[in-house]
Amino acid sequence: MAESIPATPGHAHDDHGHHEQSFASKYIFSTDHKMIAKQYMFTGIAMALIGGFFAYAFRMQLAFPGMEVPFFGVVSAGEYNSLVTNHGTIMIFWVAMPIVLAAFGNFVIPLMIGCDDMVFPKINRLSYQIFLLSAIVLISSFFVPGGGFAGSWVAYPPLSSEAQYNLTPLGSTLWVAAVGLEFIAFLLGGINFITTTMNSRAPGMKFNDIPMVVWMIVIASVLFMVSVGPLLAGAIMLIFDQQLGTAFYDPTRGGDPVLWQHLFWFFGHPEVYVVLLPPLGMVADIMTTFARKKLFAYRTVLYTVFGTGVLSFTVWAHHQFISGIDPRMANIFTVTTLLISIPIAEMMFVYIATLYGGRIHLTTPMLWALAFIAEFLIGGVTGIFLGASGADVYFHDTYFVLAHFHYTFFPIAIIGFYMGITYWFPKMFGRMMNEAWGKFHFWVTITMFNLIFIPLFVLGTAGQHRRIYDYSHFPELMQPWMQDLRVLATGALLVMLAVQIVFIINFFYSMFAGEKAGKNPWKANTLEWTTESPPPHGNWPPSQLPTVYRGPYEYSVPGREKDYWPQNEPA
Amino acid sequence: MIEAFLPQGSTYAGDIDLLVNVILWIVGAWFIVSEVVFFWLIFKFRARDGVEGQYITGEEKSQKRWITIPHALVLVCDIFLVVGAIWVWVEIKQDLPPAEAEVRLISQQWAWTFIHEGPDGKLDTADDIRTINELHVQADTLYHYKLESTDVIHDFSVPVWRLKQDAIPGRVITGWFEATLEGEFDIQCAELCGVGHALMGGRVHVESEADHAAWVAENSSTSLASAASPTAGGN
Repeated sequence: MAESIPATPGHAHDDHGHHEQSFASKYIFSTDHKMIAKQYMFTGIAMALIGGFFAYAFRMQLAFPGMEVPFFGVVSAGEYNSLVTNHGTIMIFWVAMPIVLAAFGNFVIPLMIGCDDMVFPKINRLSYQIFLLSAIVLISSFFVPGGGFAGSWVAYPPLSSEAQYNLTPLGSTLWVAAVGLEFIAFLLGGINFITTTMNSRAPGMKFNDIPMVVWMIVIASVLFMVSVGPLLAGAIMLIFDQQLGTAFYDPTRGGDPVLWQHLFWFFGHPEVYVVLLPPLGMVADIMTTFARKKLFAYRTVLYTVFGTGVLSFTVWAHHQFISGIDPRMANIFTVTTLLISIPIAEMMFVYIATLYGGRIHLTTPMLWALAFIAEFLIGGVTGIFLGASGADVYFHDTYFVLAHFHYTFFPIAIIGFYMGITYWFPKMFGRMMNEAWGKFHFWVTITMFNLIFIPLFVLGTAGQHRRIYDYSHFPELMQPWMQDLRVLATGALLVMLAVQIVFIINFFYSMFAGEKAGKNPWKANTLEWTTESPPPHGNWPPSQLPTVYRGPYEYSVPGREKDYWPQNEPA
Repeated sequence: MIEAFLPQGSTYAGDIDLLVNVILWIVGAWFIVSEVVFFWLIFKFRARDGVEGQYITGEEKSQKRWITIPHALVLVCDIFLVVGAIWVWVEIKQDLPPAEAEVRLISQQWAWTFIHEGPDGKLDTADDIRTINELHVQADTLYHYKLESTDVIHDFSVPVWRLKQDAIPGRVITGWFEATLEGEFDIQCAELCGVGHALMGGRVHVESEADHAAWVAENSSTSLASAASPTAGGN
């Protein structure tokens, strides 16, 4: 711990009361992991509002082609492509990543392993600053001549590499630069997550005593580090092609456009697990807390995560079955892709089994955690259709694919955020959120989510292909019932977006006027609940850092009066 | 489930639909069982006064069975599905049955150029028929297609045939189809190709032998005269 290296006496300056931190050093240039977590979270929420607005604009165009969309105007074909491109980019790289990985990773890791801060607090601060810069670069790309990048979030060259094809000479380069900067930010953050968890655990905390969410964030960081290098190199080659006239992806001068697809998906598929694992870990912690139940087979969960992580590097070409790769290669990737269903299915079984024999309290965070499982199952089983090469010949690039990955990414980014924030809000801000508003927000959001994407499964099965701003050139896709489903999906989206206002009000109202939370409102076992809410700078008073005596999930232990047994309580 | 929305228009459409239906039944069963058990557990073990939670580690053999048995069953299903998927894949994409006719499909921003065999029954000769966005093929005839792109990546997709294939600039990709259903159907470009992507629709006319011969006879001369004119073919 860098901050505690100057030995114990120097540490006293961290205490509140000795001297007040200035506004800038507390809120803007903070090295405190909890403040950096909040910076990541609020930046992520702001980006989610932009990404959500983009979805609103292009869904309105799909439901009512050619209409003047309120607050946007008429959506042209070029703008439509730019909207879908940046919706996808933002939601994955600037919402899912900063919120489920960086915000919750930063907030919970030091608190859950019982240390005062990340081991490299200044690298942590730098990580957020580079992330913020990347967001600014991305947003600036919308306003340059030619507009924002419109070559889809997968950015296949030559469309992405040559301005004569994409018509966004500056926007496409700024887009690649923003994504590259974002990767660097998360590499720095990942270094901290891994090093801190390996080195700064409370005395007594063995590997099997680490809460699952911390494990999952660490493994996600490892996956990110291993996979992102090739794409970072690919991104630099792409910028060179765009601006310096090189020909890495230009087939007319000896390059190969499919090279990018390999580099992109070698990162892109592990990336799914990078953002999936943190919410899966949250589910373990939240589910056990509110089922008052020990996690079923802790070590099995851990092994399935390791298995998933390793396998995730062997499946990337299932995105490229029909992209002109040697057809024999598809057979290998079909095998690996269907194999990865085994550890993931096993994880689902473990979570379902954890409920058995519990004492389930349906609080708002528990509802979100349960919804994660219920919805993610749909995302999981529909993936089988796409991983089976023979079936993918039809489903590739249809709305079936789109609905499938929204059934994984919506649980990851949106459900993941809501379950995390409703669970840790009392620790973050010291007050409780309103349960009634929380449940109302939950039920409307989940219902509308399904009403958006189930129709899109149907449309995809009927052959509707992606990234089309107006289907009038495709008579088979212009049947009246299809337009009805598009209107239904858009209508559900409008309701879902509107009900987020309830959450925002609940969030800010509770922050200032919610009921005081106390140290451990959920009667949970893990270490973050043993300190004040919100925890002071340094998390615990310097002489009172916790010691760990047992695993994180000792609920309903027979023969004890209380149905929970905090990790730091001596036997 | 696809056949509920789109007719089966090629020799392999039925195989893909069968594969999709098999997957649907298998994963559908898993999905329903999982969700039913899941919601039943939530209901059954809801917090009630006087009922304590149980302490189950899940580490004992008798408990682990609840995971290992489904695990083994998933593996069996996976093997079954892998075999089915590869079976269909090899038929459509890996094998190349002998051709009875050939057609060249050229994609560009944002139109399809189709080059058909002329009356001599050979491609790349002077009597080839060139059309824009309008493909004419003879039913029950095995075609090899030669798919090209002149600029960015496109994707030749005919939903009723269940056929998709990316077009890569700098390569000629050979594949096959055999249409079985006569009529007029959509051709899509299924890979984002720029601002005009939504305009890149075409139609395929699947014709009987006689109709197709008549179309070839009617168009071969005009095509010769104005090979470069985009309005040459069709109509």
